[in-house]
Amino acid sequence: MIQADLSLILPEIMISVYAMLALVGAAYTGKDELAGVLTWATAALFVVAAFWVGSTGGGTREAFGGMFIDDGFARFAKVTVLLSAAAVLVMSQGYMAARGILKFEYPLLIALAAVGMMMMVSAGDLMSLYMGLELQSLALYVVAALRRDSVKSTEAGLKYFVLGALSSGLLLYGASLTYGYAGTTLFSGIIQATGDQVSLGLLFGLVFMACGFAFKVSAVPFHMWTPDVYEGSPTPVTAFFATAPKVAAMALFARVLHDAFGSVVGDWQQIVAFLSLLSMFLGAIAAIGQTNIKRLMAYSSIAHMGYALMGLASGTVFGVQAMLIYMAIYVTMNVGTFAFIMSMEKDGKPVVSIDSLHLYSRREPGKALAMLILLFSLAGVPPLVGFFGKLYVLRAAVDGDLVWLAIAGVIASVIGAFYYLRIVYYMYFGEERDDVLDKGGSPILYGFLMASAAAMLIGVVNLFGIEAVAEAAAATLVN
Amino acid sequence: MDNLLSIVTFIPALGALILGVFLRGEDEAANRNAKWLALIATGATFLISLFILAQFDPADTGFQFVEEGDWLLGLKYKMGVDGISVLFVMLTTFIMPLCIAASWNVKVRVKEYMIAFLVLETLMLGVFMALDLVLFYLFFEAGLIPMFLIIGIWGGKNRIYASFKFFLYTFIGSVLMLVAMVMMFHQAGTTDIPTLMNHEFDSESFSVLGIQIVGGVQTLMFLAFFASFAVKMPMWPVHTWLPDAHVQAPTAGSVVLAAILLKMGGYGFLRFSLPMFPVGSDVMAPLILWMSAIAIVYTSLVALVQEDMKKLIAYSSVAHMGYVTAGIFAANQQGIDGAIFQMLSHGFISGALFLCVGVIYDRMHTREIDAYGGLVNRMPAYALIFMLFTMANVGLPGTSGFVGEFLTLMGIFQANTWVAMVATSGVILSAAYALWLYRRVVFGALIKESLKTITDMTARERAIFAPLVFMTILLGVYPALITDIIGPSVEALVGNYQTALAASGDAVQVAGH
Repeated sequence: MIQADLSLILPEIMISVYAMLALVGAAYTGKDELAGVLTWATAALFVVAAFWVGSTGGGTREAFGGMFIDDGFARFAKVTVLLSAAAVLVMSQGYMAARGILKFEYPLLIALAAVGMMMMVSAGDLMSLYMGLELQSLALYVVAALRRDSVKSTEAGLKYFVLGALSSGLLLYGASLTYGYAGTTLFSGIIQATGDQVSLGLLFGLVFMACGFAFKVSAVPFHMWTPDVYEGSPTPVTAFFATAPKVAAMALFARVLHDAFGSVVGDWQQIVAFLSLLSMFLGAIAAIGQTNIKRLMAYSSIAHMGYALMGLASGTVFGVQAMLIYMAIYVTMNVGTFAFIMSMEKDGKPVVSIDSLHLYSRREPGKALAMLILLFSLAGVPPLVGFFGKLYVLRAAVDGDLVWLAIAGVIASVIGAFYYLRIVYYMYFGEERDDVLDKGGSPILYGFLMASAAAMLIGVVNLFGIEAVAEAAAATLVN
Repeated sequence: MDNLLSIVTFIPALGALILGVFLRGEDEAANRNAKWLALIATGATFLISLFILAQFDPADTGFQFVEEGDWLLGLKYKMGVDGISVLFVMLTTFIMPLCIAASWNVKVRVKEYMIAFLVLETLMLGVFMALDLVLFYLFFEAGLIPMFLIIGIWGGKNRIYASFKFFLYTFIGSVLMLVAMVMMFHQAGTTDIPTLMNHEFDSESFSVLGIQIVGGVQTLMFLAFFASFAVKMPMWPVHTWLPDAHVQAPTAGSVVLAAILLKMGGYGFLRFSLPMFPVGSDVMAPLILWMSAIAIVYTSLVALVQEDMKKLIAYSSVAHMGYVTAGIFAANQQGIDGAIFQMLSHGFISGALFLCVGVIYDRMHTREIDAYGGLVNRMPAYALIFMLFTMANVGLPGTSGFVGEFLTLMGIFQANTWVAMVATSGVILSAAYALWLYRRVVFGALIKESLKTITDMTARERAIFAPLVFMTILLGVYPALITDIIGPSVEALVGNYQTALAASGDAVQVAGH
């Protein structure tokens, strides 16, 4: 059956082979001169793979004795991951080329990270889970430190690496405990071993693994690395961190909780609810004092992970559906927001301080309006799509008898609204300044910004049909 | 026309889209085009909305012109009007062209200003027509965005503080309502408003941490909705955002705020609180009646000492909204008839009063009462119009203000005599602050140097006031115009409310019943 197994993971194989061939090829030929071409090629490959994964097959299929699962849930997560990675690659090409940091390794590392993420969301076994996770993480540690001559960038890479290694350690410890008590690394075996009553050893395993995942999704109290890494990394890399890996990690979290520990929802529900509660509040409160827009977006992403976890905390099919929809919306918003942040320049140099946006709306009404829409959407104000993400997770929380979490969530969203409004305040109500940002900028970034803002408005009609897809995806995971 | 309501709702948005996409430039001609286009869009909306009124059948207490379509998450895009909401729709379409006309002197970012107002109109109309919980919430909350920008960009000196306070205050009120809505969705399995009005939510009392919660889940949901509507209304003691927002907003912003946005709170009480949570309403009614009485007296007293004209009128609005909440929770025909009447009439009167302030503010650029005096000498027409609306604000018989106050007080008297007594003192207090304001601004000798060259109202300004004067007097002498339309729907509402209370059996006996 090896052929059937291999055909199932063909998209992953295709991207890995491409990454390795391109790496060797570019190293022996044009090196960084080829970086631009490779970036576009990688993005194109991601889009092709996304269509491939999205359009092929239905139902649930397994490969390698259950280590690799190809179901609706995995396909939904893979399409989201690949498309957002492609979007970030396309956006970053101009930005990095202008600053001389467009190395040919960059798109290839992203490609390897994408393979890792695809493995993560399809993992049906603790081994394949760890393999995917580490492939992703190692690639990301390197891209965080892509700007080698910058202290902040290398610091970001190192910090990410050390803390990431720690969290991998926790995860491995949990995995080994789980293996020890369940006698198998297969999720389908673990769920049989747990039954209705989880043993203490398995519980410990679950808790340690949850800590590892919480680190990957940057949920409080494992969020400390996020602001520093977001700030230090080159902006396109930050944009990447904020999108695809978050989706993959969240999907992996859901996969383990439901596939391996789905019979003991009550045992992990409180852990996830707790992570969600803390993330929402810390994200909302800590962002208030930020003056650097990248740090602000780091806290914003922490808060958003809190809302996504709220969906997961409900422990129902609908909760997973809500989480998937929330993540898809979150990624769309973040792509647009980071397109805007990348286009913030003064005399060709990137600017990240929020108060450089004083009365931005006077000079660039179109871009300011798009950003306004994105900010209100991030804040979850109707009628924008961001509100529907919140609505789904709130509904999930209420369905899961977590009304207190829903109430806490909406209160945190009011606190969070303040810092998004603060950016609106600078752009629209600020004062006249001399040191203004450059006008114009890359048409690609402009396009992504506008498309993302338009999606926030037009999506109100039917969310582009992702509701039904997410529902089917969630149903395959929870049974 | 099957989708008349959607057409009316989205014409202003369409106008905003045309403005945003096709109008370029910042010069004089572009600004003029923006103003005219906005005026045409709002005017067309008003004219088309007249069809709604013409085809509306008051005898039918159900929803009319209903449109329905599927939406996300099992929600529905459902619009419709009944006797309670149809007049609010008319009020909105009626006031908006006047607001645009009153903004003719806006100089900065005219295009954006007009877009904000047009979008705001769409959202306000949506609030009064939505027949789906989440659709209602969507319109209700979305209105914050344009209003936030209107206050923040075109407002006065302290606009930033006021805009943030406005946004966050109202936002925190409404998110609790959102949770309650999600709970209703969870329990009833639908967000369809007509269905929910007949759904009986659990009213079994229970206790949390030793505190007895009378009316159970219904009371809690009622409180969540109450948090939102009370802030919007605004009721004492959560009214403090209103004076700030009013003072800082541009004239037309104040008019919209006073005439329409505040009415969303009252409308919400009538559409959600009373019919969906009858037991919760009944439990909380005495408290709300007393809060309203306090609001009437306290804010009237506060209004007396104001030095800023807009602030004075803002406090007077809070006081008048006190009659509305008291009338609604008196929960009888007169009380609710009166509350709706008072809301509509206050829409005309307070809108006109803010416009009156705008007229002299445009000339003198100050709202200090002390900066004026003796205006009657140079502005006789202004003095006449200002007097009419001052009297209407006081509730002089013959103006619409009287009918609203009289009906609500009658309703309150039946529900709770003591509250009615306290509330009635507000009539005297309102005469005190309104007439005193009028005396200080209009009468006396014209001694201030700066006022010696002030000019009377222009033709444009007179044209703006004409429809408001007409409506105020018309409704004052022939109130049946309104009560005939709202009467049957209110009767049905009160009937259902009493039936639901009787059916729930454990209707709590409270003081005054």
